[in-house]
Amino acid sequence: MEPILRVDHLTHTYSEGTPFERNAVEDMSLSVMPGEFLGIIGHTGSGKSTLIQHLNGLLKPTSGRVYLAGEDIWARPREIRRVRFRVGLVFQYPEYQLFEETAFEDIAFGPRNMGLDEKEIDQRVRSAAAFVGLEEDQLHRSPFELSGGQKRRVAIAGVIAMEPEVLILDEPTAGLDPNGREKILGQIRAYHRAKGNTVILVSHSMEEIARNVDRIAVLHRAHIYMDGTPAQVFARAKELTDIGLDVPQVTKVAHALRQRGIPVDGSVYTVEELQRQLLALKGGGGGC
Amino acid sequence: MLKDITLGQYFPGNTLIHRLDPRTKLLCVVLYIVALFCAKWFVSYGLVAAVLITCIRISRVKLKTMTKGLKTVYIIVAFTAVMNLFFTGGEPVADLPILRHISQAGIYAAVFMVLRIIMLIMGTFLLTYTTSPISLTDALDSLFSPLKKLHVPIHELTLMMSLALRFIPTLIEETDKIMSAQKARGADFESGNILRRARALVPILVPLFVSAFRRADELATAMECRCYHGGEGRTALHVLRYARRDFAALALFVLLVIAVIVLRRFGL
Repeated sequence: MEPILRVDHLTHTYSEGTPFERNAVEDMSLSVMPGEFLGIIGHTGSGKSTLIQHLNGLLKPTSGRVYLAGEDIWARPREIRRVRFRVGLVFQYPEYQLFEETAFEDIAFGPRNMGLDEKEIDQRVRSAAAFVGLEEDQLHRSPFELSGGQKRRVAIAGVIAMEPEVLILDEPTAGLDPNGREKILGQIRAYHRAKGNTVILVSHSMEEIARNVDRIAVLHRAHIYMDGTPAQVFARAKELTDIGLDVPQVTKVAHALRQRGIPVDGSVYTVEELQRQLLALKGGGGGC
Repeated sequence: MLKDITLGQYFPGNTLIHRLDPRTKLLCVVLYIVALFCAKWFVSYGLVAAVLITCIRISRVKLKTMTKGLKTVYIIVAFTAVMNLFFTGGEPVADLPILRHISQAGIYAAVFMVLRIIMLIMGTFLLTYTTSPISLTDALDSLFSPLKKLHVPIHELTLMMSLALRFIPTLIEETDKIMSAQKARGADFESGNILRRARALVPILVPLFVSAFRRADELATAMECRCYHGGEGRTALHVLRYARRDFAALALFVLLVIAVIVLRRFGL
């Protein structure tokens, strides 16, 4: 199968030719398959945000290429907007970009820029609002009257309404309480299941990534440090903690158990999986 | 793109020019400008230019950065040059179609005007390139403090100035972010007629104002939490002190002004 997005030896240099020059992304290569749920994790300044802004053509590579469905996105620079409709990007704290008089109008901003007709816009706004769990009466309020979590859901709906083939979310749960976090992650999971589209989730919370994605790319100092399934990545817990990233708590428990001679799998990252293995070790289970 | 604005940007460094007291630098720039405007003929312009070039060399600011800053004023320079060239009275250079309107005095006036503007800008840029905005406002606060006796709210004015300067990069970054976010939703800022382009700014300006007011509010609260109550009896973390090099620099620039005035007497 052909990857929906392919990054080929991407390098991006900020402030080229000034004393502040630095490479935010250096020689990165990455492929994303259609329908995949990819997690990108890394510290502040590891190049996450720079990388994802290349995927929809907001930034132009200093060198290297980005392919969308096999086509170089910068082949025709004048049509870069089309790429942005196909690769939807939700920025960090997206609620700060709301500007319309009603939530409905704000969600309709993207579809309207696509030049769709009013009937289609109406239908898309409503379906996007349903995905993020916005009520009908909230759609007709000013976005500035809504609560923080609701504002964020309006902003996310604004990108979903463009029905992009790839949906990228940069720290969609930053600054929300645990309840709000889980709600938004659940909605993203549901969206991924229902649409079967590619979703890329950027985060620095391992727990959040572990529980949601099929594959993880770990970024460190402008390079891709690891790339694999959650099990593969968490099996290298030591390396992760060495670069200052956390592993899910349950993985830490599994590693501690192994050190004490209990032969559980070190790459466990869900409580259910560890429970299953421990019960199997006890000999067929049958209650503790 | 917006981040590339260099106008008045500070480049950290540790050269003699960087270490000078900001008040000294400010006064030196004032003296430099006086000298520049007193200069009359090539000799005095050369003298002022020599001082400028020496300062640039000492500061280790790249010549490229200097000329990059000039880009914003090329049009003004060209305009003044043309105006001076054609509208200065005097003997025509030659009796030919275009040259008939150009006098020798006009040519000199144009050359001197261009030199004056370029050197003026480079001198003031050198100041902002080598002095952080915060120490510049500290310097203003200190230099204008005698006016406090006349109940001019100097401290409040300089505080406003340093806050404004402090938030320029923040707001530029914010604008950049909002623009990117709206572009990600297909906003188009580059095409269409003026009316369309003006309308395209609404999705940037509304969130920008909302966030600017939010920031201002948060900043005011944070300042009150730390018991800010105006300039009365307020001390500074970095107390400005003149060193020997400051007196030397000031003396040098006073000499420059005197030299230029003397040269002017001799018509040089």
